[in-house]
Amino acid sequence: MSWFRFLRRKQADADLQQEIDVFLEEEIAENIARGMAAEEARRQARIKLGNPQIVREKLWQQNTFSWLDKMGRDLKYACRTLARSPGFSLIAVAVMALCIGATTSLFTVVRSVLLRPLPFRDPAGLVMVYEHFRDARSNAQVFNYNSVAPADYFDWRAKTHGFEDMAAMRYWQFNLTGEHGELPEQVRARGGSWNLLPLLGVPAAIGRTFTESEDRLDGTAVMLTWSLFERRFAGDASIVGKQIHLDGKPYTVVGVLPQGFTYPDAKVQVWVPYLSGLPPDIVPHHDYHFTTVVARLRPDVSLASALSQVDAVQYRLHMENLHAPVAEDVAPRTLNDDLARDVKKPLLILMCAVACMLLIGCLNVANLLVARGAARQKEVAIRGALGAQRLTLIRGQLTESLLICVAGGVGGVLLSLAATRWLSNAWKELPSAAGIHVDGVVLGFACTVAFAAALLAGLLPAISSTGKAVFASLQASSRTASGNLSRATMRKTLLTVEIAVTVVLLIGAGLLLRSFVRLRTTDVGCVTNNVLSLDYSLPEHKYGSPEKVNAFNEALLKKLRALPGIRAVALGSILPGEGNGGDDMFTIKEDPPLKPGELLPDALVRAADPAYFSALQIPLLQGRFFTGDDRLDRAKKVVISRALARQYFPGENPIGKSIHVPALKDADYEIVGVVGDTLWQVGQPIMPTMYFPILAGDVDHGGSLAIRTVSDPLAISAPVQKQIASLDAELPVSNVQTMQQAIGESLGNARFSASLVLIFAVLSLLLASVGLFGVLSYLMTQRTTELGVRMALGAQRDQVLRLMLFDGLRPAILGLALGSAASAGITQLIRSMLYDTRPLDPAVYAAVTLTLLIVATVACVVPAWRASRLDPMQALRAE
Amino acid sequence: MGKRVQQDGEMLKGTLDMMVLRTLATGDAHGHTIAKVIERTSEDVLEVEQGSLYPALHRLEDRGWVSSHWGASENNRKAKFYRLTAAGKKQLVRETNRWRQMARAIALVMGEKTLAHGDVE
Repeated sequence: MSWFRFLRRKQADADLQQEIDVFLEEEIAENIARGMAAEEARRQARIKLGNPQIVREKLWQQNTFSWLDKMGRDLKYACRTLARSPGFSLIAVAVMALCIGATTSLFTVVRSVLLRPLPFRDPAGLVMVYEHFRDARSNAQVFNYNSVAPADYFDWRAKTHGFEDMAAMRYWQFNLTGEHGELPEQVRARGGSWNLLPLLGVPAAIGRTFTESEDRLDGTAVMLTWSLFERRFAGDASIVGKQIHLDGKPYTVVGVLPQGFTYPDAKVQVWVPYLSGLPPDIVPHHDYHFTTVVARLRPDVSLASALSQVDAVQYRLHMENLHAPVAEDVAPRTLNDDLARDVKKPLLILMCAVACMLLIGCLNVANLLVARGAARQKEVAIRGALGAQRLTLIRGQLTESLLICVAGGVGGVLLSLAATRWLSNAWKELPSAAGIHVDGVVLGFACTVAFAAALLAGLLPAISSTGKAVFASLQASSRTASGNLSRATMRKTLLTVEIAVTVVLLIGAGLLLRSFVRLRTTDVGCVTNNVLSLDYSLPEHKYGSPEKVNAFNEALLKKLRALPGIRAVALGSILPGEGNGGDDMFTIKEDPPLKPGELLPDALVRAADPAYFSALQIPLLQGRFFTGDDRLDRAKKVVISRALARQYFPGENPIGKSIHVPALKDADYEIVGVVGDTLWQVGQPIMPTMYFPILAGDVDHGGSLAIRTVSDPLAISAPVQKQIASLDAELPVSNVQTMQQAIGESLGNARFSASLVLIFAVLSLLLASVGLFGVLSYLMTQRTTELGVRMALGAQRDQVLRLMLFDGLRPAILGLALGSAASAGITQLIRSMLYDTRPLDPAVYAAVTLTLLIVATVACVVPAWRASRLDPMQALRAE
Repeated sequence: MGKRVQQDGEMLKGTLDMMVLRTLATGDAHGHTIAKVIERTSEDVLEVEQGSLYPALHRLEDRGWVSSHWGASENNRKAKFYRLTAAGKKQLVRETNRWRQMARAIALVMGEKTLAHGDVE
């Protein structure tokens, strides 16, 4: 049996017809030759031949794959059945497309972010190594992985032998300018130790990677990422060997990174050697945590034993620096987890939510199929009675659900292409190192999901509608009072499960939403309405002295304050709610020296201009704000936050006391004021904060402007940037946005998980209510005769209404109870994602219960009302 | 009436194939001729059913033991002629041997010594 034969069976049949004709002719000729009459000769020949149709059928069958033939027949039949009720088919396909599409999108993201190994040589052998503090406060945090201090890294690398090699990476930012008056731009950069790229197994696409001799403090080598190379240098390879200007200093381009290299994220534009540009005094420190370390395992050493060597080195460093924040040991982390960080949990939750929705979609289609199965009961029974095997009948019905799911799967994949692109663009926290796109595995996943959905949605109805009981419908007279009870039970069970899953989703969504609203409405501690914020950074080569820095800042502030529509302007190093911005240790000069082993106190460090607090409406609690006089040499002043005052000056007046900050010029600073607390990040606990005068004129510091406006803050951004350009046309400005936007952006994870889960939950609710409506309508048609009899015997219309309503609401209430009980357990899993919201929040449970009951009642009331309007005579005659 | 060669039963099906091959060994022929030759040679004991003959011919063609070509019949009709291939000739030898063994074995069991002796030689 061959495909060749199969595809040529029409031709073979025609040939056979010809052969049979020839046979007849020959036989007739022979018979005539034997002396028969023409008519008799023909008759005898036909008798001898037998039935030519049977011969043809036999050969046709011999040339056919029987399974393919059967499948074709099933397919044709299913197509016809689906085409006969286009409404049902469209709804079912749309439901499946939506569910499969959402599942595929989420899977694409999860696979790209969490599962797919990074595009490095032997990615399984790579591991991130972080410092790990043992104290209770650190361990209470979800994320206890501390960046590494440079001196720690160098010690690890020199003194341990468990890893093949260890490489270091740090954040950096440059102002990229051209020689020919091109626009300046702020570029995100990374410093990578010279051995980083060889360790990852990433060669340069053009030129070479850094050499060991280039990785020094005054090193001026730079590598471009492919996107910058294409965008800014038009993909011209002759840039290698030439110079570009970063922060006004010339750097030599030694190479270009390959196109696919977007590690650790796609926004990084240039790479410099790790040590290049670091302040010399920072390198020997064990308590300046800003480095991430990647290590490659040696094939013959286990991770545990390699780490134990590093642990030992780190513990010795900890013992040598008891007062400083030097961690006791180290903790490993996979590269994928390291990049996924805050999105791992939201992604897994979304994956679960979308799986729930898929389940509901399948149950819904199953429910619709059961209803249709009821309508086709007689047909199935007759086919069964005529000898169709049960398996054949089940196969026939499965083909139908398979068709629905395949059509839905195709629609879903198309949908997911768009959804995935939107998601990866809109969700800024998603790491993009591996690239998020649909690939073969994802398509395979979508196929598997479609087939699993087809089985799930089709098998139950198919089995239930082809059982032995089916034949009863042939015997039953048309006057059976209540149709097929077992089928109604089956539909109600499906519905109960559907509603229970919906309730779980709704409650999860409700909790996340409430938590997000709490985050959104958190009081940051300052005014955030009608505030425009933007960042700039004064390059050292142009603003090399405190006087120059102050001159620029003060001139800018003066110009901005003179603009119309501006209420107040604040200039600081970083604005509230916009991130950590760095912290430092300090001692209180008046306090006795620390006991051995006691950790130095630690606080966030900010710079502020005299008007900073009043412009942002941060209240003054004690003392005074900075004045214009707190500048240059007279700037050894500090304003502390309430949390710092409470924690380190309990019951004392801090004004007039001094704190000593080793990292800031190793100087004493006089406390002149205490101000209200602000949040450094919404959703994070308040940290003690120290503000220093920005008029100290520190060189090479960035500035963040907050401009409070009368009306729409974005409308003022163009005039503001014009003023900056009028002072320095080469100075790039970044992160121009309203403060609300900036804070909102930092809540991206919470926003996405809350809104997406909510969307899935609402869709599920819609599906469940459609299911409820369908079941009750079906029950009503099943019970028409019964209801007619009841009414003829005197049942009142409102009694019938109540009866039907209760019948429909029972699965809803049961599902609600089950779902609530399940939620109580399941929502404990998302506890860590909830901000200021308990997993058993009564308001959420009440809201979900109410919503579900209302929706269920609405879905039930129409069929129930229709049932109560039945004309008993009509109903009794109906069959 | 002669016995009909049944197509069911593995041995008998093989027998029809073998007889078709044997018939074609004397020269190309179309379906009718093959049937006639088998009937005549068996002194009208075996009557070939068309329902078995044509599927058998196609089966043999599938296996590459016969090939087919269109030609003119005795009455000048367009007819499909079958021809024994080299592989078919080998198969015929194999089948003939198998058949002889089988026939001898059956003859031995049935106690018909003369036939058995005659066949062995």
